[in-house]
Amino acid sequence: MAESEIKSYSINYGPQHPAAHGVLRMVLEMSGEVIERADPHIGLLHRGTEKLIEYKSYMQAVPYFDRLDYVCPMNQEHPFVLATEKLLGIKAPPRAQYIRVLFDELGRITNHLLNIGCFAMDIGAMTPILYAFEEREKIMEFSERVCGARLHAAYYRVGGVAFDLPAGLTDDILAWTEPFEKVANDIEGLLNDNRIFKQRTVDIGVVTAEQAMDMGFSGPNIRGSGLAWDIRKAQPYAAYDELDFDIPVGKNGDCYDRYMVRIMEMYESVKLIRQAIAKMPDGPVRVDDRKIAAPPRAEMKSSMEALIHHFKLFTEGFHVPAGETYTVVETPKGEFGVYLVSDGSNRPYRCKIRPPAFIHLQGMDFMSKGHMLADAVANLGSIDIVFGEVDR
Amino acid sequence: MTQALQDLGEYISSTLSQDVLTTAVVKGELMLTVRPASVPKVLTFLRDDANCLFKLLMDLCGVDYPDREQRFEVVYNLLSLKHNQRIRVKTATAEDSPVPSVVGIFSSANWMEREVWDMYGVVFTDHPDLRRILTDYGFNGHAFRKDFPLSGYVELRYDDDQKRVVYEPVKLTQDFRNFDFMSPWEGMLPGDEKAGKV
Repeated sequence: MAESEIKSYSINYGPQHPAAHGVLRMVLEMSGEVIERADPHIGLLHRGTEKLIEYKSYMQAVPYFDRLDYVCPMNQEHPFVLATEKLLGIKAPPRAQYIRVLFDELGRITNHLLNIGCFAMDIGAMTPILYAFEEREKIMEFSERVCGARLHAAYYRVGGVAFDLPAGLTDDILAWTEPFEKVANDIEGLLNDNRIFKQRTVDIGVVTAEQAMDMGFSGPNIRGSGLAWDIRKAQPYAAYDELDFDIPVGKNGDCYDRYMVRIMEMYESVKLIRQAIAKMPDGPVRVDDRKIAAPPRAEMKSSMEALIHHFKLFTEGFHVPAGETYTVVETPKGEFGVYLVSDGSNRPYRCKIRPPAFIHLQGMDFMSKGHMLADAVANLGSIDIVFGEVDR
Repeated sequence: MTQALQDLGEYISSTLSQDVLTTAVVKGELMLTVRPASVPKVLTFLRDDANCLFKLLMDLCGVDYPDREQRFEVVYNLLSLKHNQRIRVKTATAEDSPVPSVVGIFSSANWMEREVWDMYGVVFTDHPDLRRILTDYGFNGHAFRKDFPLSGYVELRYDDDQKRVVYEPVKLTQDFRNFDFMSPWEGMLPGDEKAGKV
């Protein structure tokens, strides 16, 4: 039989595809069922966040960060307020630091729940996402109770957080952690030893430690490749240096390891939440500097000076001394960095956002090469991308 | 920590005295400035030298200073897992002078350099695939330059006659207002023009 050459062809994956996790258009060059090259076309959700921030005062810039990775909004606010605090030379009071840890970890759980649920659904497991979304809903209720918004919180402020915790919230969070661990156990039970799940994930999209470093990976994706790198441990911020937790690490760097790292991180987050609540000190939640943090509303009713401060803060804002900083935070997806340049005015001169998902999506090409078309879906799910932050 | 960074900065500037223009430790962050031509050499050294081992390029971005002669700054933020340190390398370039690409040294630079090209128009020589990345196919201009208006020049609309999406010059129903709150007391408020009159 004469051999015939199969012509390679390219297919469009997205921009509207349920497994694309948003608006991703990927041009796949195929040789039969096998991917030869994956070229993601991004930017369909580009809103120019960085440029918009240049036209806003520092306080007005905070809500833009919720809208980057809308799956775990509060984690994104953290690097920006830390960067601004660094330039201002202030530090949030201890109680605010612990509140930030508490909501960072709740955000990590919401993110991992969504990712694990969607990832499993993309490759054929329908049930975990239903379990996951029930828990996500409860976490969003906590978010709503503390700041009034389920997603777009704008809760972290320069110099602390916007409000103190309402009475009884910590007790309810503590009461929630126990049943949550059972749900996480159930999700594990559905997936960990599931034959189909393993067939679709083990040895798919292997990233070696060398490749992970070359590609600038961070977060669960670099830990899945066996590197125990976590900014919370290595360069601690907020109150992480006073808390005890472990870093789960994978071995093979495949989709299954990245999934396992996320599962284990949820249990670590629960540990951190319990510690943060137990150790949370009393005291103010904002710095006692009227030039940076607004005065309490009660004071404004009687004090002229407080009223003036309030007016100045919400029109002019505060001035940040000239300088620059690259401040990073371990968000659920990886290293989220803010490169903030200030020229001494009340607006950032330049605010470059370093989103982890943008860098991870870049790895799609080498991860998918030589895999089947269906494995591209598994790879995409396992690197955990959200287009709000890829496109900014 | 700061002392270790200072020592590292001195070590780098003494080893690469030809290439490194300045070193400084500001707010606990080590910063180098280099000439565009020596960027690949410096980054290769930082990646491979046993005292540096900055194996991850975490961020690469542009900053625009229209008043300067070399109006763009390209900023590289590197991370060393081994020594748990970060370093920032900066270089300045003009609109028409290119910067050597570092994709050969760090693969992660690929999309980040595309982004800087897209947003600022800085050209990177020897980049394997220097296309626009975030803006639309066929976009004109470089959006993050300081002289590019916030509202842009064109807007999109679905045209029912042509049955496709069309670009049109941007039409604002209300004038673009740039709120300058530098001093809320001294700005021009309605009626202020009367204040100077006798």
